[in-house]
Amino acid sequence: MRFSEQNVVSWGRFPKSTSRIFPVLDTAFEVQNINPPCHVLPFGLGRSYGDSCLNDGEIVLTTRSLDKFISFDRTNGTLVCQAGVSFAEILDLIVPQGWFLPVTPGTKFITVGGAIANDVHGKNHHVSGNFGHHVIQFELVRSDGRFICSPIENSELFHATIGGLGLTGLITWVAFKLKPIHNPLIVQEVIRYETLEEFFEISAASEKDFEYTVSWIDCLSSGRTLGRGHYMRGNHAPAQSNMRIKLGKKLAVPFDAPNWALNSLTLKAFNLAYYWRQPQRVKRFTSHYDPFFYPLDSIHNWNRIYGSRGFLQYQCVVPFDDGAFAIREILSRISKAKTGSFLAVLKTFGAIPSVGMLSFPRRGVTLALDFPNTGERLFKLLEELDTITRSAGGAVYPAKDARMSKNSFSAFFPRFDEFSKFIDPKFSSSFLRRVT
Amino acid sequence: MKKVVIFGATSAIAQATARRFAARGDVLFLVGRNPHKLSALVQDLTVRGCRGVASLSADLNDTSSHSAIFQQAVENLGGCDVMLLAHGDLGNEQDAQKDFAAALPILQTNMLSAISLCTVAANYFEARKQGCVAAISSVAGDRGRQSNYIYGTAKGALGIFLQGLRNRLFLSGVHVLTIKPGFVDTPMTASFKKGALWAQPDTIADGIIKGIDRKRNEVYLPVFWSIIMFVIRVVPEAVFKRMKL
Repeated sequence: MRFSEQNVVSWGRFPKSTSRIFPVLDTAFEVQNINPPCHVLPFGLGRSYGDSCLNDGEIVLTTRSLDKFISFDRTNGTLVCQAGVSFAEILDLIVPQGWFLPVTPGTKFITVGGAIANDVHGKNHHVSGNFGHHVIQFELVRSDGRFICSPIENSELFHATIGGLGLTGLITWVAFKLKPIHNPLIVQEVIRYETLEEFFEISAASEKDFEYTVSWIDCLSSGRTLGRGHYMRGNHAPAQSNMRIKLGKKLAVPFDAPNWALNSLTLKAFNLAYYWRQPQRVKRFTSHYDPFFYPLDSIHNWNRIYGSRGFLQYQCVVPFDDGAFAIREILSRISKAKTGSFLAVLKTFGAIPSVGMLSFPRRGVTLALDFPNTGERLFKLLEELDTITRSAGGAVYPAKDARMSKNSFSAFFPRFDEFSKFIDPKFSSSFLRRVT
Repeated sequence: MKKVVIFGATSAIAQATARRFAARGDVLFLVGRNPHKLSALVQDLTVRGCRGVASLSADLNDTSSHSAIFQQAVENLGGCDVMLLAHGDLGNEQDAQKDFAAALPILQTNMLSAISLCTVAANYFEARKQGCVAAISSVAGDRGRQSNYIYGTAKGALGIFLQGLRNRLFLSGVHVLTIKPGFVDTPMTASFKKGALWAQPDTIADGIIKGIDRKRNEVYLPVFWSIIMFVIRVVPEAVFKRMKL
């Protein structure tokens, strides 16, 4: 196999990296095929935001050729496919047959292998946990052999690989459970709320009756209206629902926006307009699942609006505490800094414990938002947020991180020592080298 | 429902095209070199609801077997409407330019075996006065350039062969389609740096299906390559030879 050095970037386009690309052509792949010996890291669709999918100066194993379905049990809802198959491809296959993904993040342009490596979560965490909870079995190719992993077979490797950031070996195929649906529709309600207290009240009232809950927040709002936003909750539509489905045309950002395009003024204007987009308190409607789960997927290359400097996403989770002190503190630091963006999301995680040793989700409230990469000033702010998260006993999501410190990482992931025994010595990543 | 035989079926472009054929209800016979990849593709197409798919693993560089392979495909499908030829190998251009022994396999795979398979299919279609020979050539075959003229020679020769074949079969009503993709992001080109001109196999596959349905003679995929290659073709040789392309 011939190699050439290529630039590899993640979705946040920060940091930049250079790696040699080695395409994994089929499931018969062996780590020994790689010559000369070097550290490798599986790379799917590159939708991680920071450097957890990068391997600067080493090799990335691209898995997009592992894009075959292996079997689909339409009666019991079990899908077996190669690890490079995307959620988008899966939905196209299963939805017309009355099945849905058990858990999905806010983009469908991820691979199944990536969903396991990051143990992704979605709007139904309080009911269904993470993607890892629905995995039946997978094959892991390591430098010391091939392993079938499941909760009962090679179970330690199974628990290390779920949320294991691709460091325990290459996943070649996966078997997982699907969820039955009647049709592709989602019945949803959007509630405009004015304070953080209201957010927690609506959350508590919604979790029993709604499978999917999430909230967009105006991250620039401060004082009494700190944390105001739109609370979205929904369920799969019942069997009789009928509606003409009309999906909008895909848009695209054809080139990098200039770096100054996103500034505190344009952000303020956007957030204000978006908040008042819905003047009424409550709006009820039925829509296709696509705009409900994947609103940003309809804008191809939306990451370009942050310009060539790229952006950083920050996602943390903090446990529930009296008066939600930690999340309030984090939000007010952000709004004071007048940075952040239009993509701020607040959501509560349920009590279901994660199955992966390094899984991010844990009971509490999680906040995710983007920041244009403004350098020093931003890194200082994020470091402050880390400190608040740490003292609250929370964690920051590695799949979205490009800068957390070693100390923070070990505080956020106390099981790392146990996990590190399962890291394949031939595997590594920019993220791993940075945080250890 | 069409009966389609695909040579080089596990290539990224062929695979994407096979999925489109399958999605609209066509039945397929796939020929490729790697039995492991072939069976994975057959499984994949079956899960996706393909009405019928069978496969055969074969080394297509052995031209003496072509007639028998095509016959087997026809028997399996109960006829044949479309033959898509998609196998190819970039080889190592640098080695091939210094040593003919390294150039020969590039010519063998991309030109000789392709011409042989097209001949077998063409004769079958001509006798029945219907059918489609669709073969993947390349923009590299439009003009010899120092960076890949061995591969370009093979693909260019295939293009000229297809022109003649199209001319010969016109009165028989057999459609001959020359497919000229530009840069495509596939495992075959994994070691190349990718830029704005690069396309995904899915885009190429859409163009191939369209080209077959609309009975086009020649398609550049994506279409903007027809403009690029027009410019490349009209540069006078006296100027062209000085260029670094």
